[in-house]
Amino acid sequence: MFEILSDRLSGIFGRLRSKGRLSEGDIDEVLGEVRIALLEADVNFGVVKEFQLSVKQRCLDADIQKALNPAQQVIKCVNDELVDVLGGDVMSFSYAVKPPTVILLAGLQGVGKTTSAAKLARWFKSQGRNPILIGADLQRPAAVQQLRTLAESIDIPVFSNPGDPVETARVGLLEAGRLGRDVVICDTAGRLSVDEEMMDEIRQISDSISPHYTLFVIDSMTGQDAANVAEEFHTKLEIDGMILTKLDGDARGGAALSAKSVVGKPIAFVSTGEKLEDFELFHPDRLSNRILGMGDVLTLIEKAEEAFDKGEAEKAALRLVEGQFTFDDFLDQMQQLKKMGPLQNLVEMMPDLPQGVDSSDIDDGHLVRIEAIIQSMTADERTNPVIIDGSRRSRIAKGSGTSAHEVSQLLKQFKEIKKMMKGSKKPNKKQRNKKKQGGRRKQGGTPSRVSKERDIIEVPKEMEKLVSESQLKEFDLSKFGTLSEHET
Amino acid sequence: MANFSRQLSNTRKKFSLFGSTSQSRLLDESIWVEIEETLIGADVGVAVSLKIVEDLKSRSKHYGASSIRELTEILKDQLKETLSGFDLTLADGGAPAVWLFVGANGVGKTTTIGKLAYRAQRSSSSVVLAAGDTFRAAATEQLELWAQRAGVHIVKGAEGADPSSVIFDATEFAHARGVPLVIADTAGRLHTKKNLMEELSKIQRVAGKGPGTVKEILLVMDSTTGQNGLVQASQFAEAVDVTGIVLTKLDGSARGGIIFAIQDELGIPVKLVGVGEDLEDLVPFDAGAFVDALFETNA
Repeated sequence: MFEILSDRLSGIFGRLRSKGRLSEGDIDEVLGEVRIALLEADVNFGVVKEFQLSVKQRCLDADIQKALNPAQQVIKCVNDELVDVLGGDVMSFSYAVKPPTVILLAGLQGVGKTTSAAKLARWFKSQGRNPILIGADLQRPAAVQQLRTLAESIDIPVFSNPGDPVETARVGLLEAGRLGRDVVICDTAGRLSVDEEMMDEIRQISDSISPHYTLFVIDSMTGQDAANVAEEFHTKLEIDGMILTKLDGDARGGAALSAKSVVGKPIAFVSTGEKLEDFELFHPDRLSNRILGMGDVLTLIEKAEEAFDKGEAEKAALRLVEGQFTFDDFLDQMQQLKKMGPLQNLVEMMPDLPQGVDSSDIDDGHLVRIEAIIQSMTADERTNPVIIDGSRRSRIAKGSGTSAHEVSQLLKQFKEIKKMMKGSKKPNKKQRNKKKQGGRRKQGGTPSRVSKERDIIEVPKEMEKLVSESQLKEFDLSKFGTLSEHET
Repeated sequence: MANFSRQLSNTRKKFSLFGSTSQSRLLDESIWVEIEETLIGADVGVAVSLKIVEDLKSRSKHYGASSIRELTEILKDQLKETLSGFDLTLADGGAPAVWLFVGANGVGKTTTIGKLAYRAQRSSSSVVLAAGDTFRAAATEQLELWAQRAGVHIVKGAEGADPSSVIFDATEFAHARGVPLVIADTAGRLHTKKNLMEELSKIQRVAGKGPGTVKEILLVMDSTTGQNGLVQASQFAEAVDVTGIVLTKLDGSARGGIIFAIQDELGIPVKLVGVGEDLEDLVPFDAGAFVDALFETNA
């Protein structure tokens, strides 16, 4: 897997920390590491060069030498610059005074235009609009059929005619007027930017329907070529915004930075899964973290905020402090955690994934088993687990379809948690992963530490606050990692 | 092979290497940076590019290269060498042999299969297609249209059917008719989806349970793919026994340089490349043409 930037930088930081002032050379050294991180994240090398220059200027303007923690300030500048480039103006759709509002989708083959078209239609529908889809991809076999199937599932009409895509688009627009639809989304065939004939064709489609918005669809796995392709499409079509797809993979998505730098138009949406609802408005700060390898902390926070009932969490926290935390509380907290979505997705968003923990190893199966075990306990056993003896244990194991060994593991872990929360914070040798994670925090050079001390990147601090508020610590994922280790 | 170069040169006008640099320019330090950037720009990746440049430095010393033209030739030879020496034939045998196509979403699996079916049919060897992408809307219809164009049999399941059983059925169908080859499509999947990767392992197991033998598992990869391609390949190789890579859309402006890292780390060769949307635009991989194209700029 990729070396994340924070890992790369911790070495330099360690050395620079003792320095009160940073020379221009020091800045260059940090930026050299940033360069590699950006290239590994697939940012186009030309774009990286320009980016480096503007970050350096930013650093010099910020009078970095006077800062207390200069090395960390450099990273702040990098992050700020990245957010500025990625963000800038946000895409906002203003609907045409004389409907329909027309949207044209364009892009290379296989980037996800057809799926995006349906997702976009669903999004407009959720905004109270009446969209219609035009299937003008008459090139790829069964592309229109795909669009129809998707559209049917969200109850949105599709217009398409075999033959000429330009004509289909033109007639589709008339059809939208006839049916009184107020948003028209036109899907087109994927095409290579070097294919002049096809690029002319999409120009003709564009001319025939005069779109209010032309959206360029780009795959987040795209490499260096993203900059060229985006530029070619922009020259031909004047792109108004972009849709970044397949973000549910683990590509760092530097292509978005390349395309954004070249085109200068906002990224409107990101697509994060195969289901039609996996489609969100774009947040530049999140992608910035991802490109830099700092984790999608903001998304994680938002999910946690959505899922956690603060009142309940506080009550649980209080009980915990008083040493009354029971398996019922535990179960309750676990269900809260589950509301945040599959664990694997959450883990992928975490900036500080312990080394050796692979997000694909984490699986909600363990949670299900733990849940089953607790649910097989009597009310008495849940409040007072010490009464669980050998025969109770085997009953619970039978009831939950697990083994006595697993029940013991859970009891042991529960005891550890209680002990830990009561304040006896002795390091637990068995929690190897946890220790690693803690150990990395203590190094002091990583961005999460940066924020802790200097409030530079506020995200992790907020995260910590949230964690302590909600007692997310209870569900430190590394514990589940530990459990799975015992199982295998 | 000639086809490969011809196809590529259709869309790429040949310029002097490394931009406008004069071929006879004398070598100085800046040349190494230029080469590194050219490689990185072709998606070769930072680490591999540095390695290649280091290697080139010692080779050029050894050969006493004095101009950029000589250096380029040494570099090309060096790169061709790393990509050569693999057995690129697609294995047959078994009653029938099964070729399984796997890969991320939108890389061109179905299209590749359509082209292969056409090729098989044209060389009058019969083939059965298995519509193993039962997930994506209209994927089966897409493959069916290819099957019609190529005039070959296709075995399909209902949408949402178990892909393993569809492919298994295809092997029995082929066996009963004495057709020697089953080409099986699978749904595109991101390598981060654990369940879907497990499903793929299962497909491989089940496909070989009946009369069929899985002979090739080809990972289809889009040549626009950046550094994520290496993780992608290694995860797919972990789930199934990938025997080769099909590099698609090489007629675009992307160079597909990630295959150096893949070959270096995983030892998986590229066997086929897709160079266009027509039925005959699927050709055997040619290291020479591929490397030459790395250093051509677009008009």
